Amino acid sequence: MCSQDKNNNKNFLINSVLLNETTDFDNEIKEKIKLIKHDTTTKPVIYIGSGTCGLIAGAQDTIDAVKNYIYERKIDAEIIQVGCIGICSEEPLLDVQLPGKNRISFKQITNEKVNTVLDAIFSNIVIEDYVLGQFKNNNLEPWRDTPFIDELDFFSLQKRVVLDKCGEINPLSIDEYIANGGYKSFVKTIRYYTSKEICNIIEESGLRGRGGGGFPTGKKWKIAYNTPSEQRYLICNADESDPGAFMDRAIIEGNPHKLIEGIAIAAYSIRATKAYIYIRTEYSLAVKCIENAIEQAKEYGLIGHNIFDSGFNLDIVISKGAGAFVCGEETALINSIEGKRGIPRQKPPYPAVSGLFGKPTVVNNVETLANIPDIIDKGANWYNSIGTKTSKGTKVFAVTGKTAITGLVEVPMGTSVNDIIFKISGGIKHNNKFKAVQIGGPTGGCISEQNIDIPIDYEALKEVGAIMGSGGMFVMDDETCIVDVVKFFINFVKNESCGKCIPCREGTKQMYDILENITKKPTNENHYSSLERFKGITELESLAKVIIETSLCGLGQTAPNAVLNTLKYFREEYEEHIFDRKCRAGVCTELKTFFIDVDKCTGCTMCAKKCPVDAIIGSNNNPHFIIQDKCIGCGNCFDACKFGAVIIK
Amino acid sequence: MIIDIEVNNKTIKAKRGETILSALNSNGIKVPTLCHIDGFVPTGACRICVVEVEGKPNLIPSCSYPVEEWMKIKTHSQRVIKARKTIVELLLANHPNDCLYCERNGNCELQKLAEELNIRERKYSNEREKLKIDPSCSSIIKESDKCILCGRCIRVCEEIQGITTYDFAKINNRHIISTSFNKPLNISNCILCGQCIMVCPTGALHERNNIDKIQQALNVINKHVVVFYSPTISVSLAEEFNMKPGKNISGIINAALRKIGFNKVFDSTFATDVYIIEQTKELIYRIENNINLPLFTSNCPAWIKYAEEYFPEILTNISKCKSPQQIMGSIVKEIYSEENNIPVNDIITVSIEPCTAKKFESQREEMTNNGISDVDIAITTRELAQLIRLHGIDLQNIEEEIADFPYHTRSSAGKLTSISGGTAEAILRTLNYKITGKELEDLKISELRNNKSVKEIKIKIGKTNVGIAVISSMSKAGDFIKTLPKRKDLHLIEIMACPCGCVNGGGQPIKADTKDIKSRIKSIYDIDRKELIKVAHKNPQVIELYSKHLDNLSEEEKQKVLFTNYSKRDVLL
Amino acid sequence: MLKNIDTIINKFTNSNRDNLIPILQEIQNTYGYLSEDSIVSVSKHFDLPTSKIYGIATFYDQFIFQPKGKYHILLCNGTSCHVSGSKKILKEIEKILKIKDGETTSDGIFSIQSVNCMGACSLSPVISVNGKFYSKVNLIEIKKIIKFYQTKEK
Ligand SMILES: Cc1cc2nc3c(=O)[nH]c(=O)nc-3n(C[C@H](O)[C@H](O)[C@H](O)COP(=O)(O)O)c2cc1C
Ligand code: SF4
Ligand code: SF4
Ligand code: SF4
Ligand code: SF4
Ligand code: SF4
Ligand code: SF4
Ligand code: SF4
Ligand code: SF4
Ligand code: FES
Ligand code: FES
Ligand code: FES
Repeated sequence: MCSQDKNNNKNFLINSVLLNETTDFDNEIKEKIKLIKHDTTTKPVIYIGSGTCGLIAGAQDTIDAVKNYIYERKIDAEIIQVGCIGICSEEPLLDVQLPGKNRISFKQITNEKVNTVLDAIFSNIVIEDYVLGQFKNNNLEPWRDTPFIDELDFFSLQKRVVLDKCGEINPLSIDEYIANGGYKSFVKTIRYYTSKEICNIIEESGLRGRGGGGFPTGKKWKIAYNTPSEQRYLICNADESDPGAFMDRAIIEGNPHKLIEGIAIAAYSIRATKAYIYIRTEYSLAVKCIENAIEQAKEYGLIGHNIFDSGFNLDIVISKGAGAFVCGEETALINSIEGKRGIPRQKPPYPAVSGLFGKPTVVNNVETLANIPDIIDKGANWYNSIGTKTSKGTKVFAVTGKTAITGLVEVPMGTSVNDIIFKISGGIKHNNKFKAVQIGGPTGGCISEQNIDIPIDYEALKEVGAIMGSGGMFVMDDETCIVDVVKFFINFVKNESCGKCIPCREGTKQMYDILENITKKPTNENHYSSLERFKGITELESLAKVIIETSLCGLGQTAPNAVLNTLKYFREEYEEHIFDRKCRAGVCTELKTFFIDVDKCTGCTMCAKKCPVDAIIGSNNNPHFIIQDKCIGCGNCFDACKFGAVIIK
Repeated sequence: MIIDIEVNNKTIKAKRGETILSALNSNGIKVPTLCHIDGFVPTGACRICVVEVEGKPNLIPSCSYPVEEWMKIKTHSQRVIKARKTIVELLLANHPNDCLYCERNGNCELQKLAEELNIRERKYSNEREKLKIDPSCSSIIKESDKCILCGRCIRVCEEIQGITTYDFAKINNRHIISTSFNKPLNISNCILCGQCIMVCPTGALHERNNIDKIQQALNVINKHVVVFYSPTISVSLAEEFNMKPGKNISGIINAALRKIGFNKVFDSTFATDVYIIEQTKELIYRIENNINLPLFTSNCPAWIKYAEEYFPEILTNISKCKSPQQIMGSIVKEIYSEENNIPVNDIITVSIEPCTAKKFESQREEMTNNGISDVDIAITTRELAQLIRLHGIDLQNIEEEIADFPYHTRSSAGKLTSISGGTAEAILRTLNYKITGKELEDLKISELRNNKSVKEIKIKIGKTNVGIAVISSMSKAGDFIKTLPKRKDLHLIEIMACPCGCVNGGGQPIKADTKDIKSRIKSIYDIDRKELIKVAHKNPQVIELYSKHLDNLSEEEKQKVLFTNYSKRDVLL
Repeated sequence: MLKNIDTIINKFTNSNRDNLIPILQEIQNTYGYLSEDSIVSVSKHFDLPTSKIYGIATFYDQFIFQPKGKYHILLCNGTSCHVSGSKKILKEIEKILKIKDGETTSDGIFSIQSVNCMGACSLSPVISVNGKFYSKVNLIEIKKIIKFYQTKEK
């Protein structure tokens, strides 16, 4: 796009779309908008899902192959890198939109498949095996016999508000965002509403924080708004470091302007003139997207000084996290921006009263803020009508683990866990049996079969011992060992504990040690040590309670959730580990006893070489023998023996 | 504004805005604390102070939570006790089983808590990896294994002393307190004031204990072991033996030291008088010649190290006089030994100080003559108490004795140097006499007698309007020195590292609180009020020392005994 | 080197505390690690004690105090990757390279660091070598990957 073109678009979009009082545009405007939106195209457009996840799946190679393809064949086509539509397990995605025809999406297109797919589609042939589906568009001609994407099970049960347009539009183009109705809400806000009115609308909408706590957003804004101060700050929390949660990243990589718009409205409503986006530095692509978006918004006069003559000023800066999970906690985050160790502060005072540099500060999650433009656009009542009594709107979940489809799922509050796993995500992979789903990341809780029908909202989850958290949903099947997963979670919180307060710092370590103890083969097993190990379990429960009750911040206060929860629903698995030294999922190999079958052993010595503790004796060509007292159950010998002579009991 | 809250089913009064802890304390209810220090902004790190507040799902840290009207609080419910107990058990899980060998055995907050909470078994048996002891420093030993990460040392070092030798480093259970780059203390910016030791609840920070060295010295036949103690000791030791805090027991100390087996017992306050006289002379010289003004006092070695690190440009303004400890040592080694025909090599000098920095000072290169140190062994008040217990001496039941001739007399001015402002007061008394030939009309200079950390006065002596500033604590000193280029009206600046001066030194009994320190101060002022020799230049033995020895020394010899020089020190700041 | 550090620092015109971590990040981006000198320079710039800067830097995972290897291997140890066996992969890498997580080989060629979720859970276990991603890695493949870089060095 040449620069004059760009300027044209800019003035057109600002004057005819954003600042235009009506939405009933005349035809000329409509046509121009269509062009920008790619509703009409003059040449083929190839879209490649190039979010971080897509790239990891190989999208870069796909892009190179596509470029190569059109270069070699001298095809005049536009290549657009889009974010992701959230169906991770089908990445890399490659969409083709031929002039006049619907955009059609192909799945798992790694570089070697590019030529085949493109050859076919340019000859108007759709290779069925590769098709994901086509996008609906009334202006264009549909493909025959090709499913519509929004009718696929994965999408049809979702309700996409914040993810809307993610993976469809070019995240690097502010024009496309505006052409799709973006920044309208912001302009409306600064022209027609007072700060207080916006606070009211958000409060009425029932929106609650998506960062985990679920605190009513409008209420939080009001507290900051009502705290006297000459300076206030808005912080967008994009630290997202729960393992297995990536919805914030997808929003930023897929539709960053939506976030910027949400931030701008939020800043206006609390009268903040400076906003920070605190983002994980590991999210390098997301950082680039948001940087670009800020640049563009500045250029369009949407942020900066005296925005559209409203008298409102706003500066947005990016602050990159430096790799500490706890910095997602709002007060730790504030310390981190202030250039300190990212340790949480004792509350009260809450940030809304005294936060960044001691000034009233609202910290909001990415997803929370991405909801704002739609609420302003469609009204509090629209939002209010989605969801359950206490939890309004939609929630994005990152479904990972053992489901057939993994990816991002946005559903109305109140959707059941069962629907998400079995209807949307296609059930458990390989037809294995469902065991549990961990909701809310490492500090969340497990939901077992018996609770799988609960409708998802903040309160219902709490009742069964899980938390909404940021929306990670890790699905386990019967090949997953509950004790091992919990041990992993506790190890995570142990390592991410900031170390400030004793119950969390020392308590998580003790919990970990106890779990480690029961997933390892006890040396010198006897009745007594079994009992000791069992005492460990009772200890776990009372220790967990104290950690929850006395820890300073949310991390410690939720750290033992996984333990308590699984002890409640999967106690027999713990007991098996302790008394029977059995891991039913076969994960905790260190619990097992290894023998060598004398008849099968050829004496090749491979196992002895691999044993880390020299527990295997035997000479060349003679059967080997495992000294049980020394063996730590690492399983190396089992892996090493080519003759199947090592037996596990 | 006063509000009502309910604690353990009884209504008590609290001030709006104060913390729950402070409300409890002023109503006589005790809640254990570990990370809390009076007068500092709470961090809420340790969680031992939690209480139950009706309506709150979690327990609330009383040290950092403000009272609200009609809170219903339970301070010792089963739930609270269990939580506290678990917290201490968790600490102990990570703690070496070392009480019997620990510097703080019997005087350790962790130990005491474990006892109070009735912890009688090791609940968790997994120990953490051993952390190394830092034995590098001549004054302070850091045993990270025993550190419970309360952060008190960091707060004091940063907020009172402005040094920040340590800060928290790393994260999670690898969390430690660390110097920059975790380097040993001896090459750090630590000024060795020992204030961190005073707040450390455990044995993680303690002085380098020299008792064994003394025992060894006393054991060698033919060695002449001379001990002397600094002005503050006589008013701070009593507490360690359940006597009235602040009680002046110098007579008892003399007796006890003799019983322990020291060959001679001197009073370092004697040397303090010499120090005052010499520094007064120096001040007069500088005023008359208008050079290197203002003059800084040099009796606090922590301050000296601070200046060497942070303000090398003002080293020329610091008095050339050695500190009283070193003057006493060199008088013994240079003059006493000659007078009594004892070879210098056979003399071992032991100095008792309220101070950890004095250990470092005694080891300094500058404080030696041909390889012989002025002071061989320096110990703190705390070590003295231990030494007395070691020798089974019952302080309550021994007769007072006087110190040994010829260094046993002292002025009460010398005693004053224990308190911030006292050195300045003592110098002023002598200064007035030297300049005008008359004693000050009112020897007591009230403006210098309060516990402010920065005090300033102007006093007309002869033709000069002498400007004096007195500062205690290094953060205040640092700030003040930065303003100096704009000040031309100052002649003398007294600086002491410890808040309030040596009465609150880093080598003093650990359990002391503000009240005890006030008693020590009062006791010193009482001495000054009651005694007859109130100025250094009237100390008869000092006069004799001058006429018999000092006045006859060559400049070079005098330099050896009384003076020294300092130079810039390169450390990471 | 010191001069360059100052150039980086001076790019940030003010010494407001909120520039502290960005400066450390920029230095690390430029040199790959934080040297003692750089921490001292930063401490001067902000007029803060070195112990404080050291304390801040050691808090965050991102900062390292030793140069990284020429090939920096990031290994995901998020939930999905853990369950798909990332621990075994780590052990294997450690065994091949004879270093532990967080260390650099003595010849400075390789370093490993395990990190929290890289955001591609459906492709777990995931590793990256200098930014190039490898997904669904198994024990055989990891050997090949390392071998590939080893031969590249020869
Ligand atoms: C240990 C911990 C980690 C957190 N991590 C995040 C995070 O990564 N992203 C986030 O938005 N909120 C996180 N939070 C929640 C924040 O503290 C805060 O409540 C939230 O950002 C507020 O925004 P909201 O009201 O929009 O939810 C975390 C909280 C804790 C205790
Ligand atoms: S609960 Fe854990 S993370 Fe939170 S302040 Fe305490 S130690 Fe730090
Ligand atoms: S399981 Fe591991 S420790 Fe045991 S014998 Fe086999 S290789 Fe050795
Ligand atoms: S590897 Fe198998 S066959 Fe070879 S010595 Fe071991 S047990 Fe025997
Ligand atoms: S610090 Fe206290 S608890 Fe620890 S070993 Fe010393 S006396 Fe015992
Ligand atoms: S208190 Fe108990 S353990 Fe300690 S020395 Fe006495 S008897 Fe031994
Ligand atoms: S001795 Fe003084 S300067 Fe040194 S660490 Fe302790 S408080 Fe800081
Ligand atoms: S050294 Fe002592 S005062 Fe300092 S943190 Fe450790 S326990 Fe607390
Ligand atoms: S004030 Fe006294 S006790 Fe404190 S460091 Fe100075 S000389 Fe030592
Ligand atoms: S497809 Fe992008 S999040 Fe998975
Ligand atoms: S004393 Fe209250 S938290 Fe430590
Ligand atoms: S757990 Fe490894 S990419 Fe998410």
